[in-house]
Amino acid sequence: MIVAERKPIEEIIEQVKDVRSLLVLGCNECVTVCEAGGKKEVGVLASALRMVFLQQAREVNVGERTLERQCDTEYLEELRDAIDQYDAVVSLACGVGIQFTAEKYPSKPVYPGVNTSFMGATQERGVWVERCQGCGGCILARTGAVCPVARCAKRLFNGPCGGSTDGKCEISKDVDCAWQLIINRLKALNRLQDYETLAPIKDWSTDRAGGPRKVVREDLRS
Amino acid sequence: MRLNYPSSVRIIRVPCTGKVDVLHLLRCFERGADGVYVVGCREGDCHYQNGNFRAKKRVEQAQQLLDRIGIGGSRIRMCNLSSSDAPLFVRFAEEMHAAVMSAGPNPIRGARAAMKAAPDASSPAAHP
Amino acid sequence: MNPNTPSKLEKILRAGHLAVTSECGPPRGSDAAHIVHKAELIKNHVDAINITDNQTSVCRLCSLAACIRLKLMGLEPVLQMVVRDRNRIALQSDILGAASFDIHNVLCLSGDHQRFGDSAQGQNVFDLDSMQLIQTVRRMRDEGKFLGGDAIGRPPRMFVGAAANPFADPFEIRVPRLAKKAAAGAEFIQTQCIYNIEKFERWMEGVRERGLHERVFILAGVTPLKSAGMARYMKTKVPGMDVPDEVVKRMAGTPKDKQAEEGITICVESIQRLKDVKGVAGFHIMAIEWEERVPGIVERAGLYPRPALN
Repeated sequence: MIVAERKPIEEIIEQVKDVRSLLVLGCNECVTVCEAGGKKEVGVLASALRMVFLQQAREVNVGERTLERQCDTEYLEELRDAIDQYDAVVSLACGVGIQFTAEKYPSKPVYPGVNTSFMGATQERGVWVERCQGCGGCILARTGAVCPVARCAKRLFNGPCGGSTDGKCEISKDVDCAWQLIINRLKALNRLQDYETLAPIKDWSTDRAGGPRKVVREDLRS
Repeated sequence: MRLNYPSSVRIIRVPCTGKVDVLHLLRCFERGADGVYVVGCREGDCHYQNGNFRAKKRVEQAQQLLDRIGIGGSRIRMCNLSSSDAPLFVRFAEEMHAAVMSAGPNPIRGARAAMKAAPDASSPAAHP
Repeated sequence: MNPNTPSKLEKILRAGHLAVTSECGPPRGSDAAHIVHKAELIKNHVDAINITDNQTSVCRLCSLAACIRLKLMGLEPVLQMVVRDRNRIALQSDILGAASFDIHNVLCLSGDHQRFGDSAQGQNVFDLDSMQLIQTVRRMRDEGKFLGGDAIGRPPRMFVGAAANPFADPFEIRVPRLAKKAAAGAEFIQTQCIYNIEKFERWMEGVRERGLHERVFILAGVTPLKSAGMARYMKTKVPGMDVPDEVVKRMAGTPKDKQAEEGITICVESIQRLKDVKGVAGFHIMAIEWEERVPGIVERAGLYPRPALN
């Protein structure tokens, strides 16, 4: 899923300092699971903002709504009748949802209520970890299903570097060395000999580096 | 045992403090409460195993948020007692009453009253 | 064996001499006198001088320009290149720039993560990794081609080196990792500073078992300790560094005003011991901001005078 973090409320307050009505818009997908932008967080943010506006002696109508997804134009259509009541939207969806909402309603300011962090998963309640950077050229088959692009601070393809210590990365004792994990996995799979195969130079054209990406499937297009 | 406790306290019963959400806590303040305290079972004695620990975390979350939006985190706290410990219940009520008295009224109440008295002329008519 | 390049370092190694290299860190400014001065201090006692490339991610005068300074002094530079800051275009371009000044040695490195330096908020590149940089230089030299496949006019003639850290974890892949660097095309290796000689010897055993010492020249890295504080710092704060307790104790047990001398002595003793390790082809003396002590170390270790080539 896409993992996001709630923005500091001070930053959101600054973003909406001039609005007279505001829709706090949540998303039922990833940001609900990572507890950054679901219905609950919408309620909490809306309540806090109402209290802030009251103390500023501003009468601001703060609406709450949570869509099934903000990254699907069909669900965004559900706002069509209500959107005109509001000067602006604070979206608690990931960066994708925020942009899709803005594209759907071109004259409506849409502000981010979260910082979109990464593609990852819940490790335990309250802890989310990164697993994929969407580089567009998956090499997990070679690395024992541990991704050095997402998990090595230097994204080395022929690691580990000399900074690997006790299974930890040189940048922090709290970060696992991805290459230690890869080696552990290769050993468990009885494939440690694969380690010595030199990884070819990466084609980053399918990565962010190659410009905005698009997947087109002619067999599905109507 | 017929003990007296401050009449300022209004009790809202919940099946377990684990049921209390940050949102419930915030709503109290939005509606003008001067203080809220969540009284759960003693730590380790939760009938649902960890409901009171969850409540504690949520109280902390609400506390931080209240601090940051100018209401004041001192208006909210978590207490734990055994259901048979009436004297402690009274003590918590008195302590909370004192804390609220020293914090003063919830600024939201004053803000609402002021806005009613002098409605903002610039407010659009669309929002009655 | 005939040398592959005009590198003096390569010739000395292939002639069977124990090579001695050292390194200089460029200044945090544009005063060339700084690097010239450091080189003057050591030039008669070493065969080649590494110029570090923004080491520990602290921004400095570039390695290439400093190498050119050395070249203009008639010295033998080793161009250190980290893949942290440049993509494949910039790396290949700088290799050609160096080659245009007949810089004949390159050391291919990953580079410390930027978090350690003065630009923790900076982006890192890591378009290639260190092994792939080795392959790149070899391809440019041996095939006369860019990575993109086009021919290079006057290809670089560089003796290609890499680093090896015998002490980092996991230990079991430290020899395979060297094998990988050799397979990628590394011709000489400069190791991480060696304080734990036993562990280094164990690593070398593994290296010899696979005959890797015959495929790459291994220069054992040494760094003289200036103080007990430095020993402790190296032990606890520098990733991938292995300073045994007895070394720290020996430094700490020496009066403060004599610790520097003791550090030099430990360094000389290490070199003496490492000379007996089969497969060690030379020494890389990294005297961090302490270049003036390099000649003394080289002399006391019996590595002076340096062989003359004709």
